[in-house]
Amino acid sequence: MPAPVASRSAVPVARFAIYALLGSLACLFLTPFAWMLATALKSAEQTAAWPPSFVPYAYYAPLDGVRTEVVRTAEITAPSVLVTLADGRRELLPAAQFDAATSSARLSRDAAPQPARLLRAVAPGEWRVTERPATFSSTAALRWDVLPASSIESTVAPRWENFSLALATIGGRSVEDVQGTVATTRSSGADSDVTFLTFLGNTLTVCLLGVVGAVFSNALIAYAFARLRWPGRDWIFAVTLATMMVPFPVLMVPLYGVFKDLGWIGTLLPLWVPAWFGSAFHIFLLRQFFRTIPEELSEAARIDGCNEWQIFWRVILPLSKPVLAVVALFHFLHAWNDFLAPLLYLTKRSTFTLAVALQNYQTQNGGTPWHLLMAASAVVVTPIIVLFFFTQKFFVRGIATTGMKG
Amino acid sequence: MNPPARRRSLFTGLAFASPWLLGLSLFTLYPVAMSLAYSFCDYSILSSPVYIGLDNYQRLTSDDLFWKSLRNTLWFAAFSVPLGAVVSLSLALLLNQEVRGRAVFRTIFYLPSIVPIIASSMLWLWIFNGQYGLLNYALTPLLDLFGARPPIWLADPNWAKPALVLMSAWGTGNTMIIYLAGLQNVPRELYEAASIDGAGPFRRFWHVTLPQISPVIYFNTIMGLIGALQVFTQAFVISGGTTDGNPGRSTLFYAVYLFDNAFYKLRMGYASAMAWILFVLIVLLTWLATRLAAKRVHYSE
Repeated sequence: MPAPVASRSAVPVARFAIYALLGSLACLFLTPFAWMLATALKSAEQTAAWPPSFVPYAYYAPLDGVRTEVVRTAEITAPSVLVTLADGRRELLPAAQFDAATSSARLSRDAAPQPARLLRAVAPGEWRVTERPATFSSTAALRWDVLPASSIESTVAPRWENFSLALATIGGRSVEDVQGTVATTRSSGADSDVTFLTFLGNTLTVCLLGVVGAVFSNALIAYAFARLRWPGRDWIFAVTLATMMVPFPVLMVPLYGVFKDLGWIGTLLPLWVPAWFGSAFHIFLLRQFFRTIPEELSEAARIDGCNEWQIFWRVILPLSKPVLAVVALFHFLHAWNDFLAPLLYLTKRSTFTLAVALQNYQTQNGGTPWHLLMAASAVVVTPIIVLFFFTQKFFVRGIATTGMKG
Repeated sequence: MNPPARRRSLFTGLAFASPWLLGLSLFTLYPVAMSLAYSFCDYSILSSPVYIGLDNYQRLTSDDLFWKSLRNTLWFAAFSVPLGAVVSLSLALLLNQEVRGRAVFRTIFYLPSIVPIIASSMLWLWIFNGQYGLLNYALTPLLDLFGARPPIWLADPNWAKPALVLMSAWGTGNTMIIYLAGLQNVPRELYEAASIDGAGPFRRFWHVTLPQISPVIYFNTIMGLIGALQVFTQAFVISGGTTDGNPGRSTLFYAVYLFDNAFYKLRMGYASAMAWILFVLIVLLTWLATRLAAKRVHYSE
């Protein structure tokens, strides 16, 4: 990295201010990631807790004398009573709805009084807790109690099982099915052997086949524009640059027609085959680099009897590994992240890429199980971040090049 | 060059460029031409296109949703492009200081821009959640001081677009890296000369930095604008995987309405006319920016 140009600030206060600013901005930029991970590790009910917390908790309380995992349903804010009705049911009621003199209670403000026995008075600050259902949408009657905060034990409990649950359900299985609480049933029309691995395999296919094509073809093409002289070269290159301005929506409809005529709709082909035919941006990037390689190297090889292919393959490509890595990374990133094209061309769930599967997962769940949506998102994001950490110097160099004038 | 050598060089050049000659024709030039042709046709992909002259364009002028989507998109571009420029240039200026841990900070600021847009849209949909969202948790005590309540963001037609603009500022890492490279190319002598002439940090920024990086500003603005005019995925996600532009059509962006016409309503001629209007708009804006830049952008040799 070149030395920074700004001179060392003489004032310590100014330096401190820069660090403080950088530090707080860094926190601000990282917070969404932390929130994604925190949510992914929470229980469903904790995603809907207020105030929200970055720490995933589990709560335990004695129910009928047995330490049980519970959900804190509500904090008692007004004086209340716990009563037993004639049929034996317990109710938690506002204190005003219980009349101690007649030993009767009204279940709502306008309901008729009915006999009730006072169990105890409940002070504000206590919690109503409910037994945590064993499964996501269990309808069995749940035990509950009202307890002082001091007898509710909270422990930090990241729920890593959310990840396996999200991966199992993104394939189309229901949560109940995964947890084994209902007999395995499948909604009609769902492809039964589709799993998370199907989507991962599709995505990797599109990414890797595309990367191989993009690196090889763009290098070949850029070589023609950078190192060869031929009639019409500059004219075609000008057209190439101009096509970078064409917005995808202009191509969308006719491309769909082209792929339909080829019989490629519903397959992965439209997502990686075009990479083998070059892209303007990568051609430009590689051409800029190839032009910096001294012409003498090509001349020497030519004198040694090499033809253009041999010069390309044995002289230019070995010298261009860093920029080829940039093209490979950019294409991989693009293919992994692309949403609109797969949304257009993929019609069957069995061909979905992760990006489309993730969106589909949101729709099929009505967008509410945030812990599972965030777990699935984290799974889609993590490989890209890991890849970035191992390759960031290529990334930074590659992006920096794109902004430089040619 | 003599004719045989000329022919040989043409052959070699075409051979190396052949994948692109095919790709350029089949995947770019042919679709561009066909898109223009379809825009004058009634076309649903299920049957052959029928020439209808300027009908599509005429109908667009009286299509309220077309105008709404155009306004929404221009609104989004008008705020997200300048905000993105300010955020990314500010970050680049900070990173261009001589500070320890620059590489770490650079990584942190860059990271959001590589997150798949589908995942970041989902994440921000959750952060902006009006009931349990992290953002409103952070804002509530602050707004309480003024007796105000935080908006419900993506559930409120008035706040959905501002929310998407905020979200876009998180992902400006790419632009930041390009600015940073531009800043590092500014010759150190210019700063020294300016300091000797008695220029403070602000005047140095105004009279040295800005003119020197003006080509980069020009490049980033054009790219940002072209990107913003095609905004799609965020709106698709917050509308629950539909092209409705929820809430209340406030995020019915141009690309969303175009997609809706082309692939849900199968009005592909109509969508092609929309696509060409967008294309012309982009060319016009780029031309305008180039005209403006010709006076102000400073290319050093």
